[in-house]
Amino acid sequence: MSILNVKNLHKDFGKLRVLKDISFDVNQGEVLSIIGPSGSGKSTLLRCINQFERIDGGEINICGMAMTYRDENGKTVYAPKKALHEIRLKIGLVFQNFNLFPHMSVLQNIIEAPVQVLRQDKQTAVANAERLLKKMGLSEKAKEYPCNLSGGQQQRVSIARAMALNPEVLFFDEPTSALDPELTGEILKVIKELAAEKMTMVIVTHEMQFAREISDKVIFMDEGYIIEYGTPQSVFEDTANERTRQFLERYRTR
Amino acid sequence: MTGEEILKVTGILLQYLVPTLKIFGFTLLLAVPLGMVVACLKMCRFKPVSWLTNVYILIMRGTPLMLQIIVVYYALPFLRMSEGLPGFLADFLNGMDVASEEFMFNAVLVAFVLNYAAYFAEIFRGGIEAIPKGQYEAAAALGMTKSKTFFRIILPQVIKRIVPASSNEVITLVKDTSLANVVAYSEIMLAAKQQMMNYSSLVPLFIAGVFYFAMAMILTVLFGFIEKKLNYYK
Repeated sequence: MSILNVKNLHKDFGKLRVLKDISFDVNQGEVLSIIGPSGSGKSTLLRCINQFERIDGGEINICGMAMTYRDENGKTVYAPKKALHEIRLKIGLVFQNFNLFPHMSVLQNIIEAPVQVLRQDKQTAVANAERLLKKMGLSEKAKEYPCNLSGGQQQRVSIARAMALNPEVLFFDEPTSALDPELTGEILKVIKELAAEKMTMVIVTHEMQFAREISDKVIFMDEGYIIEYGTPQSVFEDTANERTRQFLERYRTR
Repeated sequence: MTGEEILKVTGILLQYLVPTLKIFGFTLLLAVPLGMVVACLKMCRFKPVSWLTNVYILIMRGTPLMLQIIVVYYALPFLRMSEGLPGFLADFLNGMDVASEEFMFNAVLVAFVLNYAAYFAEIFRGGIEAIPKGQYEAAAALGMTKSKTFFRIILPQVIKRIVPASSNEVITLVKDTSLANVVAYSEIMLAAKQQMMNYSSLVPLFIAGVFYFAMAMILTVLFGFIEKKLNYYK
């Protein structure tokens, strides 16, 4: 079943076209990694799918719901507000800088949306939050405030927060880029565990080894284009593309 | 001055404490919400609104509060003398008893509220703009509405950030109430000056100073307490 389907997506910043003819899809249980140099449009693509940026052309479908579609003149139109809200709840987003709410405890951070947005009763939300915290190995931190946690712990809380809404797909925007190298391991481990449970995920990352191990599909982007789109084997090993090779070479020699 | 006289003057000044606190309290009560509105208007994306608000803030911060009090107090009597006013406005103005205590209080209060709202607005705006964009995005990604995002995520963080600046402003306000004596509003400074003349002594002024100092002290402690309360996170 298709969870995310993107067709011929275009995005302009003023006169500059930053995303050009982007098409791909993600099926249930798949892990897609998006790699590429800084400024290649990876994060912008993620922000478009998460409705932080408006696209200028193309279609985005999430769990069978059209976020944007083409009208009879071929112009891209966004779905009504209510549908966009529903689509948003299908997606969990984990930020590079965690963006936890600093004035709320770990537990409050996780139950905020279930209680306020899904109108779950507090007991259910708390029970669910405790289950997620246990999974993240943070049971004893429920009452702590984010400022008292390490970066890795904060990122695990933000994964738990995103999962508390039971999303169909989890997006990660460079989830380890703000962390010490020592702490990236714990996040990568959590993501691997989620992959083993067949959680559908889209991961923008600079961790090449990790992307290669975990992904079902890999996208390599450069200057707003998808240069490569295929299995880890085809992108990391068998590529004939010069640009891809150059990029990967730089990571190998580091 | 004898000890007895000092006690007597203290008693007199104490009676003027109430009208002083009345200006202080009502100004806070009205200027804080108005400041919030002004801050929102200044951040309005429709430029003319933002510019007009900016002009208002510039005038309020750029001219002395004392001048503003005098202008508001004398504006109505002068306006009444002008000709060619629409009937309803003339009736409204003539219906007011500009010599009454009530009118004086209202005029002084209007000047204080307009002035302090401008300062509070700038504090609020600074506080709101200091909240990282990521907080809005995290809330949006979790499906929270704009109003829930503001009241549950942004505002609590803004309040923590603006406590130090607000405490400055509130302490200044306590002392600024003394400016109301420029239109002979019966507050502590007015009484202290009268007693100074009566006794040909500076002691009443000294006593007035102690009053202001005590009020500022209480506020300092209060705000210190609030800051500590909000210190459970960084």
